[in-house]
Formats: sequence, structure tokens, C-alpha cells
Amino acid sequence: MSDSMTILLAASLTIIGAATPLLFAALGELITERSGVLNLGVEGMMLIGAVSAFAGALITGNTYIGVLCGAFAGMLMALLHGYLTLTLMTNQVATGLSITIFGVGLSALIGLEFVGVTVEPLSNLPVPLLSEIPFFGTLLFDHNLLVYLSVALVFGLSFFIFKTRGGLILRAVGDSPESSHALGYPVIKIRYMALMFGGLMAGLGGAYLSLIYTPMWSENMTAGRGWVALALVVFATWKPWRVLLGAYMFGGVTILQLHGQGFGLDIPSQFLSMLPYLATILVLVLISRDRLKLRENSPASLGRTFRPTA
Amino acid sequence: MKNNFDDQEIGQPRLLLQSVTKEFPGCLANDSVDLRIEPGEIHALLGENGAGKSTLVKMIYGILKPDSGTMIWEGNKVQVANPAHARDLGIGMVFQHFSLFEALTVKENIALGMTNPPAMDQLEQQILEVETRYGLPLDPNRAVHSLSVGEKQRIEIVRCLLQDPSLLIMDEPTSVLTPQEAETLFVTLRQLSEEGCSILYISHKLDEVRQLCQSATILRHGCNVGNCIPANETPASMAALMIGEEFEVAQRGEHPEAGPVTLEIRSLSRKSEQSFGIDLHDINLEVHSGELMGIAGVAGNGQAELLELLSGEVLSAADEILIGGESIGHRGSTKRRQQGLCFVPEERLGHGSVPDMSLNDNSLLSGFVSQPFLNKGFIATETVRKFTRQVIDLFDVRCPGQDALAGSLSGGNLQKFIVGREILQQPKVLVVAQPTWGVDAGAAALIHRALLQLAAEGAAVLVVSQDLDELLTISHRIAAICGGSMSESYDINEVSAEDVGLLMTGVSLDKSSTKPGPAQGALQ
Amino acid sequence: MSFSLVARPQPSKLMVYLSPLLALILTLFSGFLMFSLMGIDGLDALYAFFILPISDSYGFSELLVKAIPLILIGVGLSIGFKANVWNIGAEGQLVMGAVAAGGVALFAYESESIWVLPAMMIAGILGGMAWGAVPAWLKTRFNANEILTSLMLTYVAGLFLSFLVHGPWRDPEGFNFPESRLFSESALLPIILEDTRLHIGMIIALLVVATIWILLSKTLIGFQVKVVGSAPRAARFAGFKEKGLIWFSLLLGGGLAGLAGMIEVSGPIGQLVPQVSPGYGFTAIIVAFVGRLHPLGVTIAGLLLALSYLGGETLQIEMGLPQAVTGVFQGMLLFFLLACDVLIKFRINMTQKASKTESVKQEASA
Repeated sequence: MSDSMTILLAASLTIIGAATPLLFAALGELITERSGVLNLGVEGMMLIGAVSAFAGALITGNTYIGVLCGAFAGMLMALLHGYLTLTLMTNQVATGLSITIFGVGLSALIGLEFVGVTVEPLSNLPVPLLSEIPFFGTLLFDHNLLVYLSVALVFGLSFFIFKTRGGLILRAVGDSPESSHALGYPVIKIRYMALMFGGLMAGLGGAYLSLIYTPMWSENMTAGRGWVALALVVFATWKPWRVLLGAYMFGGVTILQLHGQGFGLDIPSQFLSMLPYLATILVLVLISRDRLKLRENSPASLGRTFRPTA
Repeated sequence: MKNNFDDQEIGQPRLLLQSVTKEFPGCLANDSVDLRIEPGEIHALLGENGAGKSTLVKMIYGILKPDSGTMIWEGNKVQVANPAHARDLGIGMVFQHFSLFEALTVKENIALGMTNPPAMDQLEQQILEVETRYGLPLDPNRAVHSLSVGEKQRIEIVRCLLQDPSLLIMDEPTSVLTPQEAETLFVTLRQLSEEGCSILYISHKLDEVRQLCQSATILRHGCNVGNCIPANETPASMAALMIGEEFEVAQRGEHPEAGPVTLEIRSLSRKSEQSFGIDLHDINLEVHSGELMGIAGVAGNGQAELLELLSGEVLSAADEILIGGESIGHRGSTKRRQQGLCFVPEERLGHGSVPDMSLNDNSLLSGFVSQPFLNKGFIATETVRKFTRQVIDLFDVRCPGQDALAGSLSGGNLQKFIVGREILQQPKVLVVAQPTWGVDAGAAALIHRALLQLAAEGAAVLVVSQDLDELLTISHRIAAICGGSMSESYDINEVSAEDVGLLMTGVSLDKSSTKPGPAQGALQ
Repeated sequence: MSFSLVARPQPSKLMVYLSPLLALILTLFSGFLMFSLMGIDGLDALYAFFILPISDSYGFSELLVKAIPLILIGVGLSIGFKANVWNIGAEGQLVMGAVAAGGVALFAYESESIWVLPAMMIAGILGGMAWGAVPAWLKTRFNANEILTSLMLTYVAGLFLSFLVHGPWRDPEGFNFPESRLFSESALLPIILEDTRLHIGMIIALLVVATIWILLSKTLIGFQVKVVGSAPRAARFAGFKEKGLIWFSLLLGGGLAGLAGMIEVSGPIGQLVPQVSPGYGFTAIIVAFVGRLHPLGVTIAGLLLALSYLGGETLQIEMGLPQAVTGVFQGMLLFFLLACDVLIKFRINMTQKASKTESVKQEASA
């Protein structure tokens, strides 16, 4: 393989690594928002997921169990969010913020003894034969389980949302909880489920960060990825395949950040580090300026508290 | 009135309710109500707003559970657990406020209303079959937000019919239809009735009940106050039972000598900014001082868009809207208030008032322009309180006090407050949307009288309403809006309800429109 | 027996004030449990967290020092939150205020003029406003969600400050530490209580609180803020400009956060460092909510949350526990507050066995 091919491959693998945690978190948030619930706690859920996954892997010595721990912990946080916003009908914005603040603090507390420790990262599962194709084999068929899973979820969730009755009900609840309730659908229960799926996915995203991407634990290691995931859902106009596109674009921006100076760009590292955040603002602006399009695509009841009165 | 059913006991009723009671905190919504519906019968459930009609049918449909009482369905005692259970039993319901999903297609909406829908292409086939059989044309793949209100109602009906119901509940179905559309609906309902399906028809419109229904149950304040055969009754005898108390009905009086044009709309066109909105086309309208002008129309034909432009929430070109001859189309609400325009929006809670704020604050909300409510930027609390007390006294607003939250008032009392708040600002022009929507009869009469009084004092009053009966009672002149276009306006004495119904469907009448008298010529 | 929520006919005034107290009690209880789970004597730890830090007058003055930025930012944010403008980027606005004020201080390094401080103050306010103006512009012009943009800008601000103290503004005699020069005397806030770090910022904060209080309760603009937040359509009906209020909220919130940033660098810190705030901008969100979005409440909440910082420090010193405990307490406090707030509009019904869906109907429509 030529040098340029090697660099290209390395860059592509970096993109996949940076994109996958975002993809998980954003796909989860997409399902949550489709049900009409705005979860601003993604960042906190990812952090709790990351630290729990790390703890699980460290204690059991099994990275896969670590992954499950991360997912489960994210789900627990979502349950807390749900109890507040769905059962006690608290403001979704304030509750999401408190989940994030709490998650930052609690993960730092739990993770205190893990700082500086490393675990065995999740190993790759090359697809037999296919992975041996030069270049493309490594690019497409030599990844860990979570990368495969994240891409499979894009297709799976697309099918679920647009082709199944469950997906239809989910969209209906997000469009009009009042009508759904009048037709006898258990709005609150459905929203709990969507929210918990979102938490689980945020937890997986966090697990990916602490078990594969770095792989170690450090305080506040998500560095705003939970918020970027929220922006990605808007960018994607609530469609899974566009989340895939957005997440990989962000992976691309990360490349610049990591390798910018390597490419000979004489720019202070801080400015390169700003890129993902500035890019997030840019895509938000680009997609939001068309108010009509945004309104047509966004779940009509997003962020509104629903109280099942008769 | 006697209970007719006791003497005509024939076979098993389709539905029998016995002393059903439902209490909400602070309100006994249904007080041991009885109801009996025969197979194939069109049965009216009559009552004023707030009489407990919706509560009763929600219990039949399983959305609410009764506190006590029994429900017997085709001879078996049942407790309807939820709407799905009701559908399994064979009960279908068409809601007054549709339970539809704007972002989804007709087909998806119908599938959501079925317990076990077939595969999508099969469902489409079934939808088309029902549509041809009952004359309810609808494209299954259209998105709901692109449909008219009448078409939306058809979705609900088709959704019910697909389940082969033996009881169809219709909650105020004609409130969103033109008289002609209502006729078409009646044909469908009669066909269903002949096929053996019972229909529970909720309404407060006595004429259509007499025309359509074979029997009726009348509710007042949550109690069953009588049963009757509508054909044997007069509207007055039924109204007496329904309303129970006497009150002064608004009298329009003669069409006044037309004063100068105070509100004028000149070739107003506007593309809607809402995703599911209606475009307005070349609207022309003149409202003279001293007259009450009514705009009829089925909901969703551009009224919301026109009202936004009139209130100043959305701006137009300067000379598309004029008050007292001055162009104000480009001016915001505050400037318009300074010119003497007051406004009563359709939605009481959250638009005409802030539910979480006191009545005082709600006086300040629209009164700060014309009333001396501000003193160098600071709020003159005592002045606001005085004004609020005046509104409460003059308009008979029943509330715990002026510090009560707007949201805690009943619909009728809040509407009286809002109308009173605007009228006490002595407007030159008052624009009112749906003045008595969901308001009890007493409050409605008071509001009608107040509007006519204001016109008599020289203001130009524009009332936009879906309730044709209301407009025919109070307007001096009337026009209709359809698909974003405004019809010619007519003197109320020159048109019949059917004529206005035609206008509401966009058909122009074959008579020349009447321009009011001499004053207008003098002005121009 | 299952509990159900029953709507109150009128929101309970009592619960509005009782709910934060209840939340605090629940937080203390949970804190006790948490410490016990960590194998620490819960009572000792709570004592070290809540009592020990303010058991002497110096401790109390430190409490005030930490409360100043929290109160300043908290009142600013509470106006935005009332109007449903969710500025959660106050941390970034604080940083930019500190940068602007610090810039003035470094530029006027040689000057002994008494105008240095006022200039810094104005620069700080403008710096924060500028950073608040970006989300306001993006929101009003492009409809971009201010929650996300203001937060993203916080990261950008932090990186910008980091660039400055690592690069152009690094102290030439500072042994390569990423810090600016120490500000000269003329750029430091006067101390108002001897032998403490309590500075004149306390008085500024109180003045701001009083001004905002009057603004909110007595003027039309305060009324507009409340209406826009409570019923946006009613605000349009009344003719209140939503865009204007978005600008107002974000400029005010940003300006006050910038002022807090200026106060931090010219008060307790005295120079520009990579971390000019231990997350005051985020904590102030909690301050605003716990303080019921009311200036007086915010002042009390600011003191309470300042205590959580001091308590965290004390725990670290006394028991070797991490500072992160502070964040956990802050998060818990907000959870419990939000949860307790449900009691303002609803009461708990323990006897009725009915399911919630049917017991809540406020009024029956026909």
C-alpha cells in the first residue's frame, strides 16, 4: 500500500472512531425526540455511561460486560429523566440540564479512582474473507462490534420508524399526544420507552469513548459530544440516515483537529479544537434558517409536557 | 316532557346507560344519567355547553370511567376499559376536536385508529371501498395537514366505518361544516342508520336534530332533564328544557344608517407563513361605523390568516388595511391600538389572555396602549385594578376576585372578561373572532348584546365566526370567506342561510351585492 | 395504595416558597445516604460540607466572594428563563467578560488611573454582551436554537482564553506558566472588609439585584418578559416583540455574566488564568431555578450554591473527597426542586385508588 493510501486509511478510521459515539447518542436522541420528549441530559448520560462502562470492564475484566454496564447506566439516568418529566411533569429543558450537571459531577466522583488506569479496548471482529480485501477490507470489514452495531442501527431504526406499526405509533405520539391519548395509546408509557432507549444509546456512546476511543477514563471526557448529538438530530431533520451523514461529517472535522498541525497548518491548536463546536453552530444555522422545513419535520409536540387528562 | 321509552319497550336496546355518575374535583359532570339507544336509531344528545355531553360519551367510549352506574351493551353489562375495548365492542367515535395527526397521511391516520389494521395496501383497498359506498371521497395517501376541515372529518368517519360499528358517536359534527356539507353528512348518516347502525348524535342545534334524529335525550347541568321525539317538539320546547332559564336574547334591530367607512381592507393578498396555512387572495372589505359586519366561513379557510393581519401580529403592505382612512397595514398592534382598533382573538387561553396571570395583569396586557396604565414606564397598579373592577362589574364576570388567575375562570366568564376589556377601551373598530365559541347561552347573549351596543354607539364591529346561526342573528351585513377569498358582502335581510352556505363554499350569488347607503358616497 | 396527583384549583403560593426548602432537606438526606454508601460518616461529612466552611467570619466572607458571581449571573439568567430564552452559555459569556476586562488591565498595565477599573467593568460587560449577542443574532436571524449555540460558544470561549494565556498574553516573566501578568493595583477591586477577600463586587451585585427587581415587578418590560414566557401568543396579541425580548434577555444575561467575569479576574484571581471560573456560569442556572427566578430568591440561592463550592473544598481538605461532590450536590438540589415543584400545581392524593388519568380532570367540558 502506498503512503498516501495508508494516510487515507488512517484518516478514515479516525473518522469512524470519532463518529461512532456521536452516532449512538444522536440515534437515541432521535427516537426520544420522535416521541415528543426533548432530552438535554444526553451529555450527562454519556458521561455516566462512559464511567460505568469503564468501571464494569475494569472490575469484570470483560470489555463486553463493560459495554452493557454503560448502556444500562445510561438507561437508568433516562429513567430518572422520565420520572421527572413524564410522571412529575417537570420542565424538560430544566430537567435535562440538571441531568447533565448531575451526570458531570457523579461521573467524576465515581471515576476518581479510574483516572490514569487503562483497560483492554474492545477487540476488532474482522469479517472473514471480506476484511482481507486490500484497503476496503480494513476500511469496511475490520471493526469492533459497536461500529457494526451503530451502522446496523441506522438501517434498523429507519425501517422501524417508517415501516412498522410501532414506528407509526411513535411518530403519532410525537405529533399529537392528545390525539394519541384519545385513540387509547399509552402516551406516557411510549415516551418512557423512547426516552430509555435514548438513554441506553447515550450510554453506549459513552462506553465507546471510554472503552474504545481513548480507551481510558478522564473527567468530563465527552467534551460536549452530547450537545453535538442534540444538534445532529436537528441537522438530520429527525431522519436516521441523515444522522449517519452528520456524524461522519463531524468525524471529518475531528480529523482536522487531530491532524491539522500534522498537515502543516500553522494554526494554534486551540483554534483547531474550536472547529467541532463552530461546525455545530454552522450546521444548526444552515438547517434552522428554513423555518418551514424545520417545522414540518420536527415532532410537533417536542418539548411540551403532556398531561393525560380526559 | 314524558319519558317515551318506557311505553315503547321493543326488544333489546343497543346501548343502555343506567344512573351513570361522574364527578370531577369541584364539578359533578354527570349526575345519574340514563340513556337508551335502539338498534339503527339516530339518537340525539342535546345540551348547552357545559351540560356534560362530552363527559358522557367519553365514558361510553372508554376514555373516562364512571364513578357509578351501569352500562349495558347489547344486553350484556360491560365496563369499557379503554377506546380499543370500545372499538372491539363495535363503538366508533368521531370527535369534535378531531383526534388526527397532521404530519401523517390519511391512511396512517386511519391505521392508528384501528385496533388490528390490515397491511397498508390492503387497508388502502378497504378505505377506497368504504369511500365509494358512502360517498366520502378522500385520497388515502394525502398528508392530513393539506386537507380541509370537512375532509378531516371524513377521515374520522371512514376510520370508524372500517371497523363496522354498531354504534357511531358523533360529537357536534356540523360545527365545522357548511349547511350543504352538513346535508351530505346527513345522507351518509341516514344510510348508516338504515343499515342498522345506531348513531348517537351530540348537538346543541335544535333544527338539525329535528331534521335528523328519531329520539333525543336532553342534558342540563349534568342531569338528564328529559327524553323526547324531536319531530313532535318545537325548537322552543326543546330549548326551554335545554337552557332552563330565561334570558334576554340579543336583538339586532334595523340596519343602521351607514356611517363612514372605519375599517377598510383593500386588495389584501398574502402567502401564508405557516407550514399548513392558507393563502389570502385579493380580499376587499369595508366596515362602516355603526354596523356589525359578519364573516362566515368554515374553519381553515383563511380566517386565522386574515385575523393575524388585522390584529397586527403579521404585517402587510401599508395601504392594504386602513383604519379611519389611515394606512396601518405596516404598523404593529400597538400602533393600531392607538388608532382605536381593539381585538378579541379566537383562542381565549394563551392568546386573548395569559392563563397563569391575574385578571389585573390581563387588563394590562391589551390596555396599556389606550388606558393610562403606565406612568413613566412604571405600571400604575391602582389604575389597572380600577379598570379591571369595572370590566368585572359591567360584564358580569363571575370570578373569585380580580386577583384570580385568568385560567381559573370558566370559558364563558373569561370570554366576557376579554370582550369587556376590549369594549371598555372604547374602540373605533372592534374585530372579534368566534365571540361565543364554547360559551354558555347566558354569556353568549350578554356578549351579543354588548357587541350590538358598541356598534350602536358608532363603532365598526367585525365578527368572524363559524357559527352561521350566530351571524344571522347579530350581523347587519354578512360576507363569507372560502379558500382565502372573500365573497361580496350582503345586507342581512337580502340573504337566506342557504345563500350564505353557498358563499361559504365559494359559489357567488346571483344577485347584485348591496352597497350600503348614502353616507358612503359622501365619504368617497 | 398508589398515590395520584390531583390538580389544585389554584397554584399553591405556599408551595412556591416551601418547595426549595423541601428540596434542600431531601438533598441533605440523599447526601447523608451517599456519604454513608461511600463508607464515610454521613453526619460528619454533612457538617464539613454545610457548617464548617462558614463557622468563622473569614469563611463567611469567602461565601460572599463566591456568591457574588453566582448572584450576578443568576439574576441575569432568570430574566431569560422567565421569557423562555434558554441561555445556558453564561460560562462562556463570563469567560469573554474576563478576557475583555483582562485585556484592558494588561493594556493599561502601567497606568495608575482610577479609570482603569471602570474601563475594565465596561469592557467586561461588553465582552459578555458580545458573546450573548451571537446566540441572539443566530436565534432571531436564523432561528437557531439558543441552547445549543450558547453552549457551543462556551467551549469556544474557553479555548480562546486558553490560546491567549498560552500565547500572546502569557506573562513574559512567568516561567512559561499559562498565565497572564498579575494585574497592577489600579486594576484590582478594592477590598471592603479587612483581612478578607471580600471586595466591592458585593455592593455592585446588590445594586444589580435591586435594579432587576424593580425592572421585573414595576415596569412594562418586566411584564413583557413574564408574558412572553408564559403565553407567547398572548405576547404577540399584546404587541410585545418576541425578537426584541430575545435580544434583551441575552444581552442582559451576557452583560451580567461578563461583569461577573470581570469581577473574578480583578477580584479574587487578579490575573488571567486558563480557568477563570469553577463553572459559575452553569451553577448559576441552578441558582436561578432554586431562587424561583426572582431576584431576592436568586440572592438566597446564590449564597446556598456558593456554600456548595466551599463545602466541596472543605471536604477535599478535611476528608480527601473530590471536588466533584459539589456537582453531585448541585445536580441533586435541582432534581429535588423540580420534583417538589409539582406540588405547586398538584396535590398528592393517597386515598383515592383511581388511576391518574381520570382523577386529574380540572373541569368537565360538555
